[in-house]
Amino acid sequence: MLNPNLKLNPSIFNEGVEKETTRKGFGLGLLQAGEADKNVVALCADLTESTQMNLFAEKFPKRFIEAGVAEQNLVTIGSGMAAAGKIPFCGSYAIFNPGRNWEQIRTTIAYNDRPVKIIGSHAGITVGADGGSHQALEDIALMRVIPNIEVFSPCDVIEAKKITLEIAKTNKPAYLRLARDKTPIITTEETPFEINKAEIFWMPDVGLAQVGIITTGEMVYNALLAAKELETEGIKTKVMNLATIKPIDKNAIITLAKECKAIVTVEDHQIAGGMGSAVAEVLAQNYPVPIEFIGVQDKFGQSGTPQELIEHYGLGMKDIKKAVKKVLKRKTS
Amino acid sequence: MAFLSDEKIKILQKKANDIRQSIIEMLVEAKSGHTAGALGMADIFTLFYFHILKHNPKDPFWEKRDKLILSNGHICPVLYATMAHAGYFPMDELKTLRKFGTRLQGHPHREYLPFLETSSGPLGSGLSQAIGMALADKIDEKDKDRFIYCFMSDGELDEGNSWEAIMFAGKRKLHNLITIVDRNNIQIDGNTEKIIPLEPLADKWRAFNWHVIEVSGHDFKSLNEAVEKAQEMLEKPTVIIAHTIPGKGVKEFERDYKWHGIAPNKEQGELALKELQNA
Repeated sequence: MLNPNLKLNPSIFNEGVEKETTRKGFGLGLLQAGEADKNVVALCADLTESTQMNLFAEKFPKRFIEAGVAEQNLVTIGSGMAAAGKIPFCGSYAIFNPGRNWEQIRTTIAYNDRPVKIIGSHAGITVGADGGSHQALEDIALMRVIPNIEVFSPCDVIEAKKITLEIAKTNKPAYLRLARDKTPIITTEETPFEINKAEIFWMPDVGLAQVGIITTGEMVYNALLAAKELETEGIKTKVMNLATIKPIDKNAIITLAKECKAIVTVEDHQIAGGMGSAVAEVLAQNYPVPIEFIGVQDKFGQSGTPQELIEHYGLGMKDIKKAVKKVLKRKTS
Repeated sequence: MAFLSDEKIKILQKKANDIRQSIIEMLVEAKSGHTAGALGMADIFTLFYFHILKHNPKDPFWEKRDKLILSNGHICPVLYATMAHAGYFPMDELKTLRKFGTRLQGHPHREYLPFLETSSGPLGSGLSQAIGMALADKIDEKDKDRFIYCFMSDGELDEGNSWEAIMFAGKRKLHNLITIVDRNNIQIDGNTEKIIPLEPLADKWRAFNWHVIEVSGHDFKSLNEAVEKAQEMLEKPTVIIAHTIPGKGVKEFERDYKWHGIAPNKEQGELALKELQNA
């Protein structure tokens, strides 16, 4: 069942569940953060509407900086503005930001410990038709390996807005990963949200879970669908939403592993270095259990609809169910 | 800006010579580091820290200070030596350059030396950061109170990030931003015009809507006048292309690209110090 304490969207499993993009949530959050704090500024690399920064740009034209198609300049200007007391949000597609400007982010933002917020939209295979060149499948790995930077991956529009508002208040560099496509709205405004804290979205009606599914971003919905079907097949799972990938909520992950003794991780990212790797690092050191990883397996993407690509690259509900059953076997064998 | 008298120039020349000696001593002690650019920029650093900059070494975070961003962090021996001579930290500390636990990291890092305006080393990103600071001052209407200075090398103009920055600053007419390019014509692999030709360099900056001044990097009077002109320009950002002699002050090191990234050994250091002391 959905965790009753979290006031999640009760119509999440309905056919006509409302959908919206996480980038819209970011755009709304940025606007609100800008209203709350005049030091919030936004910089964009020629993708103002795509990143939904237009909402901020229209309201605060003097605090919006168009950098042109120059992602290295985008974030280094951000670093300079942060040095002068601003809270810069630097937005572009994740493939370029942090894909193209990684060293500038490392040196001028993270090494300098400047509170610049890197916004990578259109992340993941679900970018779809634009094809493999534009599908960032490496960004979580690129960002979480750098000291000082916090990494966030919201599951829906509402969570994206909440994270945006939170990171506008922290004095740390941050990376926020956003998807292109509209995805089902899982949480509500009333869902409690605490930065750096993982939440269990799905749990067995009674008793302990047999497998823990840890997931992030737009894949949370697929994981919930899988959990619901597995329940009807008599397999009890818990689904954890890991919206903060770094710093990682070790206690929550270890607690889940202790209960289930088997874990499946699910993300729209390369398996190498991604969220699942971060989970594995925690468990290997603290409470080793069998883990199955759902993610892209060392391949580039291609054109197609998000759904076609999710199925082709093995990230769909069926794949999650298969992985749960596989890890269950490994656990008992 | 204060008038630069002939007497003051003599004092500055003496100070620059002292700073060059400190640079040699530091590099010999560290056994590694960058000699040519550090010696070549000693006059410019001296002029700024002892005449041009609005700053207070006893209050390094003074809100109204001018900001100086060193983009090519590898020439930090001259930055550290000048800061020590200006009173930011004890002269003794210069001996710790590049050693474990030092505040004077091999390339500047503000986590260790917090009153640096930025950390640097990887080339081509200092100008963008200076632009960010200049933009923030414009937004906050502080652009009349102070200048943002960026010191950069000619070699790092190979970097695409540099040109992204140059194009952007031209567009935004950032008159509160003044850049000094250390035009010493060398980089690690050889002369700049052999590696990736930069000329016609002044024309390139002009084409990107900058106010360009070319000047000798060792002539205090002309340099000071150039900075004055830059400060008076209200329409555009200014770049001062300062022609310097890499290794300046020690004949054996001068104009030789091989001294870009190495330090003198003890013997070479002693000879260099003697030459500087007799200058």
